[in-house]
Amino acid sequence: MQHDTLVEIEDVVFGYGAQPVLKGINLTARRGQVIAIMGSSGCGKTTLLRLIGGQIRPGEGHVRVAGESLGELNQAGLYQLRRKMGMLFQFGALFTDMTVFDNVAFQLREHTDLPEDAIRDLVLMKLHAVGLRGAAHLMPAELSGGMARRVALARAIALEPMLMMYDEPFAGLDPISLGVTGNLIRRLTDTLGLTSIVVTHDVQESLKIVDYVYFVSEGMIVAEGTADEIRASDLPYVHQFVHGESDGPVPFHYPAPPYAEDLHLGGASA
Amino acid sequence: MNKTVLDLWVGLFVIAGIVALLFLALKVGSMSAVKTSSSYEVVARFDNIGGLKPRAPVKSAGVVVGRVADIRFDNETYEAAVTLRLDKRYAFPKDTSAAIMTSGLLGEQYIGLEAGGDPQALKDQDRIFLTQSAVVLENLIGHFIYGKAQEGAPQ
Amino acid sequence: MLRQSIENLGNRTLQGVWRIGFAARFFVAVLLHSGTAFRRFGLTIREMYFTGVLSLIIILVSGLFVGMVLGLQGYETLQTYGSEEALGILVALSLVRELGPVVAALLFASRAGSAITAEIGLMKATEQLSAMEMMAVDPIARVVAPRFWAGVISMPLLAALFSAMGIFGGYLVGVQLIGVDEGAFWSQMKSAVDFEEDILNGVIKSVVFGIAITTIALFEGYDAPPTAEGVSGATTRTVVTSSLAVLALDFVLTAFMFRGLG
Repeated sequence: MQHDTLVEIEDVVFGYGAQPVLKGINLTARRGQVIAIMGSSGCGKTTLLRLIGGQIRPGEGHVRVAGESLGELNQAGLYQLRRKMGMLFQFGALFTDMTVFDNVAFQLREHTDLPEDAIRDLVLMKLHAVGLRGAAHLMPAELSGGMARRVALARAIALEPMLMMYDEPFAGLDPISLGVTGNLIRRLTDTLGLTSIVVTHDVQESLKIVDYVYFVSEGMIVAEGTADEIRASDLPYVHQFVHGESDGPVPFHYPAPPYAEDLHLGGASA
Repeated sequence: MNKTVLDLWVGLFVIAGIVALLFLALKVGSMSAVKTSSSYEVVARFDNIGGLKPRAPVKSAGVVVGRVADIRFDNETYEAAVTLRLDKRYAFPKDTSAAIMTSGLLGEQYIGLEAGGDPQALKDQDRIFLTQSAVVLENLIGHFIYGKAQEGAPQ
Repeated sequence: MLRQSIENLGNRTLQGVWRIGFAARFFVAVLLHSGTAFRRFGLTIREMYFTGVLSLIIILVSGLFVGMVLGLQGYETLQTYGSEEALGILVALSLVRELGPVVAALLFASRAGSAITAEIGLMKATEQLSAMEMMAVDPIARVVAPRFWAGVISMPLLAALFSAMGIFGGYLVGVQLIGVDEGAFWSQMKSAVDFEEDILNGVIKSVVFGIAITTIALFEGYDAPPTAEGVSGATTRTVVTSSLAVLALDFVLTAFMFRGLG
């Protein structure tokens, strides 16, 4: 079944208990695209990823991946679909009790009947793609943050998924690692024909590699467009975000009573 | 941790645990000697069984020859019907007597069998006719007081 | 003010009941997903190393000391009634019926139980469980169930080892140190300890304790808030809750098993 649109999010509403987090999101991602979902912390970006991955169900609306509506799948169906998805967690989420090699080999061993030689070759290939073939015998505790994330990336693409999701892949990396990571995301998407959805608030790195951007604020999409359109946008929220302004639609001051009042100025004091 | 070393340790652990269980079962405890296949049952009726409980030992000459299998109340004769499960190895004459004894002064109660002289032996589901009930402490004290009162009376 | 505290109490009780229900569903889910733990028994064996083998030292040493104290204290008391020869019976019955299963369970709860909770809690906090789910591997089947069966299998073995070491400790103190007659020690013990009544019941107790402790440990870890305080709170709760559960279950089981005796 060939679908040009791989991921469709339609009028999705979601909340944790009484707190509404997403208030009507519409989003699509086509094959071969790198999509960025941006917004300040706590606006619901990671929730969107969890919805696409089927870890949570929307209160209203539909989430469709490769034409299948996630809300209607049972656990077996969901697990089948997940084999075609890969997710890179913010800090890698490597299994700490296994070596790098075993981590990358995990999905191959669990879901395929391949002999160990074939698995070895595949694992080394994936590690080579992320530049860490020499680190195969190390334990996750011995890796730096950037390296751990690259191993996690190798692990996620082990079964050559059609959809890759990245949760804050640029957070906390040094400039070199930033460049490497951005480069990897673009290259893998192009060479493996994936679709990548990147949740991030790193504007500079992501605008270099993405095809389309969605801006989320307070549970709604406030802006969308190609990288160039976003860079040129004069919408206040987008402008503040892209240029890193300290005050704007997202205020600098946490709500508080007037300053003078707080300092007991401008009136008789006791 | 190397997989084979790990397996070795777990194997040792399991073996040690089973050895400990066997030690407890064989050297520390005793299995109930009498099993249903190699035993036969006889019934004895008592006026009072005192503190006799199921699974209490049945002894003869001080040696355990069986266990109390069941204790029932007969609503017609108002007696206690005690089923004794005896080891098949030991045969008792038909006129064997059964008495409820206490081990030590205040210990648990058991049934003591005293063999009679009848050439015929007890068979499965037979009845022991000669029985002696348990000694009840209150009756003993009552007898004692009554006896003492009798002694003092003709004065 | 009073209304507030009553409301709080009611709230907390409801939360507690809700939590117990949640834990019960979790327990059933673990049982239903246990297929993997047996088909890939290597996973379970690996966990038996961490729960069982690594608890061996504390169990064996504690068992030895408890047995030695029993021997010492028991002798003191029995001597006043002239019944020193019953020392073997006292040591063996105390251990096999009660101390073996219960003390071994309490030690297991604090050593292995807390380790399980911390491990699972950390796996949850570092998103390893989420990652596994996203890779279409059920974490309950792959991570939780093998640990459950490892705990349930290890517990009776540890309790038996505790009792055996304890009896040996009692023997060391009673016979070798104090001078109780060796023959009387073992023969009196053998005549008083019944396999079905005492030893089997002790084993049943330790299996029940193993189930309780492991379930509580796994649940607390799985349910822990993914923060540092969350995991540490969960670890403490595991030790406290499973210890209390062991003692409560001990009472229930003892009343059920031993009511016909004495």
